[in-house]
Amino acid sequence: MSDLNTLTLADARDKLRAGDVTSVELTEACLAAIDKAEALNAFVHNTPEAALAQAKAADARLAAGDAPAMCGLPIGIKDLFCTKGVPSQAASRILEGFIPEYESTVTQNLFDAGSVMLGKLNMDEFAMGSSNETSCYGNAVNPWRRGNDDAQLTPGGSSGGSASAVAADICLAATGTDTGGSIRQPAAFTGTVGIKPTYGRCSRWGVVAFASSLDQAGPMTKSVRDAAIMLEAMAGHDPKDSTSADLAVPNFEAMLTGDIRGKKIGIPKEYRMDGMPAEIAKLWDDGAAMLKDAGAEIVDISLPHTKYALPAYYVIAPAEASSNLARYDGVRYGHRASLAAGDGITEMYEKTRAEGFGHEVQNRVMIGTYVLSAGFYDAYYNRARRVRALIKKDFDDVFAAGVDAILTPATPSAAFGLGEMNDADPVKMYLNDVFTVTVNLAGLPGISVPTGLSDQGLPLGLQLIGRPWEEGDLLNTAYALENAAGFVAKPGHWW
Amino acid sequence: MSIDKDTAARVAKLARIKVEDDALPALAEEFNTILGFIEQLNEVDVDGVEPMTSVTPQKLKRRVDVVTDGDQQDKVLSNAPDAREGFFAVPKVVE
Repeated sequence: MSDLNTLTLADARDKLRAGDVTSVELTEACLAAIDKAEALNAFVHNTPEAALAQAKAADARLAAGDAPAMCGLPIGIKDLFCTKGVPSQAASRILEGFIPEYESTVTQNLFDAGSVMLGKLNMDEFAMGSSNETSCYGNAVNPWRRGNDDAQLTPGGSSGGSASAVAADICLAATGTDTGGSIRQPAAFTGTVGIKPTYGRCSRWGVVAFASSLDQAGPMTKSVRDAAIMLEAMAGHDPKDSTSADLAVPNFEAMLTGDIRGKKIGIPKEYRMDGMPAEIAKLWDDGAAMLKDAGAEIVDISLPHTKYALPAYYVIAPAEASSNLARYDGVRYGHRASLAAGDGITEMYEKTRAEGFGHEVQNRVMIGTYVLSAGFYDAYYNRARRVRALIKKDFDDVFAAGVDAILTPATPSAAFGLGEMNDADPVKMYLNDVFTVTVNLAGLPGISVPTGLSDQGLPLGLQLIGRPWEEGDLLNTAYALENAAGFVAKPGHWW
Repeated sequence: MSIDKDTAARVAKLARIKVEDDALPALAEEFNTILGFIEQLNEVDVDGVEPMTSVTPQKLKRRVDVVTDGDQQDKVLSNAPDAREGFFAVPKVVE
């Protein structure tokens, strides 16, 4: 078979266990597909030898009948995860040459489950961006195009390389991270599935920190079943992350029955924003109708503080980033600027950070510094944290009233062209996360599922938001939506 | 609240990021766009609302106060731009 790279995790797993294919064959198929896909700029550090060694080891385990959940399945890893002995630089110049001496807990969990790592994936610098255009590696490119128009489109961000790679079938699945929508928005832009689990479900240890109270890792996959398989492998309590939840991880895949009869699905009126494109409104209405046909009850709900989520996020996330990124000082790792005669340590810090951080990262660090500075801490930072409490309460109230999940659009539009937002002010780019950022502020699980195509033939996704720690139930609702939508479109192969 | 060139310079200094003088006006303008967006938060009545510290009400775990790690000087220093004799090296700090 020459198209093994197009398999889902679930199908590849079943073929491996049946002895129809080997992990080495699967891995070689992906490596060959990666070599031909340089135009996508999705993989930025390739690890073919290590991948084949892992694949051989996986084949041995399969032969011995000792095959864990992800045994032999080749995946890509976002550059934000520290991977031992493999460059991990968060798509930033300031971490150029950084080779971790340790493995992040999530990647270790994936390796313990038998996964094969093909390499590291492109992303926005320090996960700050919605288009993968802030990367030190250059743009990742969406495999989807607007019909016959050859304009390059963004795969979204920050997990743009992950989304592009999964959509283009050059890996079976990938890890992503999500601070304000960075898994769900790229998934929606590329016709793939992405889930951000409940805050605390996946360990943050060894994941380069952006905004610690918001960051969560999650899988980006070709199907809801694959998301269930991979999330289970990634998740779990970790003593090395004090915010990691000491809760058992359920068998998510076993919860995919597709039966959602009697489930109450909320439609939040505040998400129907002025100027919402007709195709997005229709996608949303169609999704609600599909869930209703599957036996769910659709109810109108209100999340009154929705409008304030993005402004609160753009205080809290930069504040945490300014603190987290203080560690990049040119002393312990990464880039150090060359100094002029007479330069002292302050000049070293200032020049190193000016050279090492890109424009967007510099701006966010400085905004964060400002909102935390003496005299503004209460007016900005504490006020934003109070508003955050109100946003979470909106969700608590709705769930207390019996709602099982909330259905919203994943993004306000289909994928836009690379460079199209260059002249827009930064706030316009931030609006990409308008439907996803509330979920991070409230710490809830959210999943993006492809359910339709735009007028220009680009994928569009819907988001389902679940109760905390109930990813299994959320995945099952997403599975029912996926079954009903029957989204099977793939991008034409131009690369 | 509007940020001027001097405030932008002060923030850059606090953040330890070198910004050339001629880049300050554009930087101040970008800050003002973002802060203008953030100002919406003033519309919200937050009286009596506690600032959120954690999305999940959880008590951080404690562990016994003992050494669990160490003896890996080489690994700690392996990524340093300048390491000498078992230490991180930096430009002269004290005159």
